[in-house]
Amino acid sequence: MSDAYLQINNLKTHFPVEKGILFRKVTGTVKAVDGVSLSLAKGEVLGLVGESGCGKSTLGRTVLQLIKPTEGTVTLGDRTLTDLGGKELRSARADFQMIFQDPYASLNPRMTVYSMLAEAIQVHRKVPKADLAGAVGSLMEKVGLAARFMRKYPHEFSGGQRQRIAIARALAVEPKLIIADEPVSALDVSIQAQILNLLSDLTREMELTMIFISHDLSVVKHISDRIAVMYLGRIVEIGPATEVFEHPQHPYTKALCSAVPMPDPDSERTRKRILLPGDPPSPLNPPSGCTFHPRCPHAEERCQAAWPSFESLKNNAHEAACVRLAELNQ
Amino acid sequence: MPLLDVNDLTTYFHTRNGVVRAVDGVSFQLEEGETLGIVGESGSGKSVTCMSMLGLIPQPPGRIERGTAHFDGTDLLHCSPKELQTIRGRRIAMIFQDPMTSLNPYLRIEDQLIEPLLIHGLANKASAKKQALAMLDAVGIQDAASRIRGYPHEFSGGMRQRVMIAMALITKPDVLIADEPTTALDVTVQAQVLELIKKEQEVLGMAVILVTHDLGVVSGFCDRINVMYGGKIVESGPTKDIFYKPQHPYNRALQNSIPALQAKGKKLYTIPGMPPDMSKPSDGCSFAPRCEHATDLCTSEPPELQDIGQAHTTACLRVQRENLKP
Repeated sequence: MSDAYLQINNLKTHFPVEKGILFRKVTGTVKAVDGVSLSLAKGEVLGLVGESGCGKSTLGRTVLQLIKPTEGTVTLGDRTLTDLGGKELRSARADFQMIFQDPYASLNPRMTVYSMLAEAIQVHRKVPKADLAGAVGSLMEKVGLAARFMRKYPHEFSGGQRQRIAIARALAVEPKLIIADEPVSALDVSIQAQILNLLSDLTREMELTMIFISHDLSVVKHISDRIAVMYLGRIVEIGPATEVFEHPQHPYTKALCSAVPMPDPDSERTRKRILLPGDPPSPLNPPSGCTFHPRCPHAEERCQAAWPSFESLKNNAHEAACVRLAELNQ
Repeated sequence: MPLLDVNDLTTYFHTRNGVVRAVDGVSFQLEEGETLGIVGESGSGKSVTCMSMLGLIPQPPGRIERGTAHFDGTDLLHCSPKELQTIRGRRIAMIFQDPMTSLNPYLRIEDQLIEPLLIHGLANKASAKKQALAMLDAVGIQDAASRIRGYPHEFSGGMRQRVMIAMALITKPDVLIADEPTTALDVTVQAQVLELIKKEQEVLGMAVILVTHDLGVVSGFCDRINVMYGGKIVESGPTKDIFYKPQHPYNRALQNSIPALQAKGKKLYTIPGMPPDMSKPSDGCSFAPRCEHATDLCTSEPPELQDIGQAHTTACLRVQRENLKP
């Protein structure tokens, strides 16, 4: 895609595993992200799905340069973030923000909402002190909080309201890219829907590009234009949201979709579930070839040989990496 | 006679900020071999209900204000601690949400597995070890003979939950209370663990109480469901009725707000407002401030659970008196 706004190219994040106290030596590497390429158009929302430990959060953090990548590049607009350092990077950060999972841990308990939001506004925008309260107020109203709450502390708010504060803080610098790392996982069902609606409205209004990270396919389906499924540091399937959700092609995505329990007793009791054996393998010692082959119900000998390349069956934007893709989806 | 008969269970927490009415007059029955789901959002009192029955509420600040919980002739809420100890862990077992923190990190898996058998005097050490090995094998831990000598940190989350299940089931209990057993697990592992509980339930013929916030999990698993809100059961009935003929506005709204069931592209249905503050008692229905059907009646008179046919009960005055339909 030439009109890509965010371009991630063969991104790798490896963590060395060290042993010893005095003479530390590297005994292995955890390949948390292992060759991910993605491109997002401006205003696009990409859902990133995977189980715990698949590297989806590390990918998000690496894109924002919170972790330095081992290899690969990230380009946002006309700036290559992976080349920036120090001051340049800091000024670039106004363009990209993150929303974290746990609104109980991501807000400073000793700061009022006003001081949190005002700090964020002042870091990147020059707003005269007299206008700060107004700016904070309008920011709070944007995320559905009454401006009169600005002198309160985080503990005076509920989980859903705290997540709104976290969203307001991310929006304070008028970013263009937001990475939301499981923003609704810690919330109750009835509150989840409120936050999802809010994020969805905001991305449309402010033309935000967003990567929405979650382990819950049904949540991701709603908010995303496209969905990418990750397994052990790599993307195994990517495509338009409804396509991936309703017609998954990769065996892992199929199993993931079938494992999500549906709140519908009849279909839940009759449908066939694909039960995957075992746990996701350790990224410290990943299996050879297609990393999914030890748990895959359709694995053959050739699956162990090499990482399969992406193929598209219907010749559209829906791609999956599986050597048996064509025969399994007839 | 039901195996477990809970009547008017009321547990309050007396905190510095006032009395928190965590569980407020909860009554339900559990038949032998039955699977009962307790569903509700965080703070609705579902866990406190289960912990009250087993005497696991820290007192103070907690206090069981009133109610009874009859299990096979014994009132669990009023029997002596000694009596409770002969039931808890032996005839009623419990597994908790977080398998990372509910195993002792300093003890080998084997020592933790045989503990229930030794404490209850059900076996000597040698035969307990044999049973532990068989149980670990039954919950699907590969290479159980060597893994049983391992420590919890050597096990993944899903495997630890399997160990917890093995530990709960080793005394062959009549009732298993599973408090959010799969919430901390990945979906593919969650499917494995639920399948395992179901399989063991068939083998042992025990009754299961599954506590969860996930309506998807109970839909395929439970015979009956209690929906809790604000410390009370607001609707109770057979699983299919709860899902296909929801009566209480909260139950309806809850189901409408599940993202999985809503069409993409439309705005998600949401319940306005927030869960109630349990330290502030309300005169009427605790859901009234968020309910789209609420009238003056709802804010002035507390609703009671009433039968609306076929073992389906609901606590909504407008459904009961005015035949409010969805």
